[in-house]
Amino acid sequence: MRKNNLFHWTPDRSAFPTAGADGKLDIDLDSHKFVKIWHGPNHPGVTGNMSLELTISGDEIMESKTHVGYLHRGFEKLYERRTWIQCFPTVVRMCVPESDSNEYNLSVGIEELAGIEIPEMATWLRTLTLEMSRLQALLRIVPAQGGTLGLGLGVQWGVYLRDLILDRFEELTGGRIYHMYMIPGGVRGLLPEGFKDRLEENLKLVDEFAKNLKRLMLDNAVFKKRTIGTGYIPADWVNKYGIVGFVARGAGVMKDVRKDYPYLAYDQLDFEPTMSTDSDIYARTVIRWNDMITSVDLLRQIMAKMPTKGEFRAPTPNVLHWEVPKGEVYVRSESTRGEYGFYIVSDGSKYPRRINLRGPSYTHAVSLLEKMLVNANISDIAAIMVSLQTCPPEIER
Amino acid sequence: MKDIIENIQTKFSISEVTKQRDNQYFISVEKKDAVQVVTYLKDIEKFSNFILLTAVDWIEKGQFQLTYLLSDPINKLDIGVRTFIERENATMDSAHHLWEHTATFQRELKEMFGIDFPGSPRVDEPFLLEGWDNIPPMRREFDTKKYSEETYFPRPGRTTNDPAEHMKKKLYPNEKK
Amino acid sequence: MAEEKNYKIIQPEDTEENKFLKPENYKREVTAPDGETFVVDPINDYFCDAKPQPHAPNTIKIVEKFLNWARSESIWVLGYGTGCGSIEIYPLMTPRFDAYRFGVQQRPTPRQSNLFIISGYLSVKTLKRAIRSYEQMPSPKYVMGLGSCTINGGMYWDSYNTINRLDQYMPVDVYVAGCMPRPEALLAGFMELKKRIKEGKGEGANEYAEKFDWYKANQKKVIKDWNMPDYNW
Repeated sequence: MRKNNLFHWTPDRSAFPTAGADGKLDIDLDSHKFVKIWHGPNHPGVTGNMSLELTISGDEIMESKTHVGYLHRGFEKLYERRTWIQCFPTVVRMCVPESDSNEYNLSVGIEELAGIEIPEMATWLRTLTLEMSRLQALLRIVPAQGGTLGLGLGVQWGVYLRDLILDRFEELTGGRIYHMYMIPGGVRGLLPEGFKDRLEENLKLVDEFAKNLKRLMLDNAVFKKRTIGTGYIPADWVNKYGIVGFVARGAGVMKDVRKDYPYLAYDQLDFEPTMSTDSDIYARTVIRWNDMITSVDLLRQIMAKMPTKGEFRAPTPNVLHWEVPKGEVYVRSESTRGEYGFYIVSDGSKYPRRINLRGPSYTHAVSLLEKMLVNANISDIAAIMVSLQTCPPEIER
Repeated sequence: MKDIIENIQTKFSISEVTKQRDNQYFISVEKKDAVQVVTYLKDIEKFSNFILLTAVDWIEKGQFQLTYLLSDPINKLDIGVRTFIERENATMDSAHHLWEHTATFQRELKEMFGIDFPGSPRVDEPFLLEGWDNIPPMRREFDTKKYSEETYFPRPGRTTNDPAEHMKKKLYPNEKK
Repeated sequence: MAEEKNYKIIQPEDTEENKFLKPENYKREVTAPDGETFVVDPINDYFCDAKPQPHAPNTIKIVEKFLNWARSESIWVLGYGTGCGSIEIYPLMTPRFDAYRFGVQQRPTPRQSNLFIISGYLSVKTLKRAIRSYEQMPSPKYVMGLGSCTINGGMYWDSYNTINRLDQYMPVDVYVAGCMPRPEALLAGFMELKKRIKEGKGEGANEYAEKFDWYKANQKKVIKDWNMPDYNW
């Protein structure tokens, strides 16, 4: 763990509570030494609509509890009443910032249960959309890491560029945020004319933005001072807490579904996910900044390697009466935040028996965050939450 | 993967083995063995990563299916351990001592399905719902449409069509059958 | 070194009303330093429970017109993303769509804002917080319902945890349809809201005060564990 020696200061913890035999802290709120505050749901520092119940002493957190459920819509219940194809419009709404992982997972799960092979063109188009989706999510969240510490300029740049990628999505699929582009058997259409040129123009801007963001944020003295050494995650927590994705890579454990379980065309592409062993907020920001550059590079590779025309959809039974064969399957893909999995059970009827989403935030934002925030400073909460990239809708569905 | 299944078979009784892919298997075990199998897989067979614990409601059989999904991050293998428990007064042994995040899944199952996990930390605290006084919503006998119509003032004038009929009427109005 | 507590918790009766009462909200018998004892009810005693009152418009027409113009040109939005529509607030507030040029800006607290954008579906848990935030906003205040979920439930019309019609719980000035609405649609919604305010039709706060009992009954029908005062100043 890197230490920030300049201004290093050890607080006086002599008056702090001691843990009892059962591991619980002896906190007496009536002693007036502790204050219980609710951080969220209406708080600008909380990512999304969730809240933290904090017991603090001074500005140091003694105990934290995550409260979720503010965005609970009961999707998994609603799928009992929806046919397989009717699930698609709602499944994308499970995770708002990056909706394509959802539709990919559901369609690939259905294909696996029904034994459908998708054509090569569809494979490439799906890879392209997933990578574009990753890029637009990163363009919003990487500068937002600076935004949590008061550096708002990067967010203004990043969100503008994200909007350009959303324009490409609109051109391709008709929707800005929710695309519903992938369907069982393939995708809904081919690339429009001139799409690649326009995407390439946008990617050039992203290249420039990445350079500027490095100068603005990653080389910024204040940003470094606040983030280096903060929010440390030991490597042995990775399996203990079920940590995935870039958080695990930051702790020195290689976890990337694109490499571990290659899907779509990722085994034909040349890329290497970044790793670090520092495992603090700064390391995780650098990893995601590198992911952004990798994503741009991957998009260029995909556009160069993908076929220009071909069949983009395999024939499927009539989706309105489709009875997906009986079985169960767990499918996964790599979202920006890490492994994103669907557990799908079919009982051989027109309606799914169970579709369960296991998103990375399910552990990152509940068990891990509760543990990480202990002894953290209250002003670092926002930075820690964005560095885990917690996304409440995928916890509560 | 085959030898792992054989190893488990020598120690526990497995009623069903389903191969989904080369690296993804689902096995069914008895209720009393389930947590032991999971512990065995974690400690001996290096399935150190716990992905999810979820329940499937088989109301027609009167059973809940619990699935513990584990993965081996080194050899890239997945195994799902299925077990069936009674729907009435459903209880299951807690596995919160194996991984820290298991308790969260158990809290959700307690709230959404009413499956009790005695001893699991904070299992009785509400997780997603607040002030819920009906039967647990993910149980199949709970009718979400009826509850929504009774509680949330549906806007009059909304119509629901059967998609198959509606599409047929829209696209092929003249076709008879 | 636990100090002696100067209060005694009174166990609540086992009734339907007290089913969701949390331990910190139990009534307690407090002994003051001078030996006197009295009962404190944490839910009601620490808050002013006076009902909201409607404000009559200014009797001089030109003054009222000027005030309405001023109100319409400084719409401060409460920065509370209640649902998925809040993802489109990012482009709205950044250079591409730049809502600042219309006098729209985001504020972190309800005390400083006068427009509440309900950005999409409201689950019951969020509805409770939304009502509380709405009541804390100073009058005159406006509500914009974003997306089809606030109009008739949208995608989640049969869900057990999301409300179907926002106007049953708080007065809505403008609805912006779509799932989710584009930033341009939001800008059009702002223009529509401005027009309404300038015409003197943005009377949501007064309507809420006049039909207070009706709104409260609807809210309490949905929120079963009502552990807050009836009106939050």
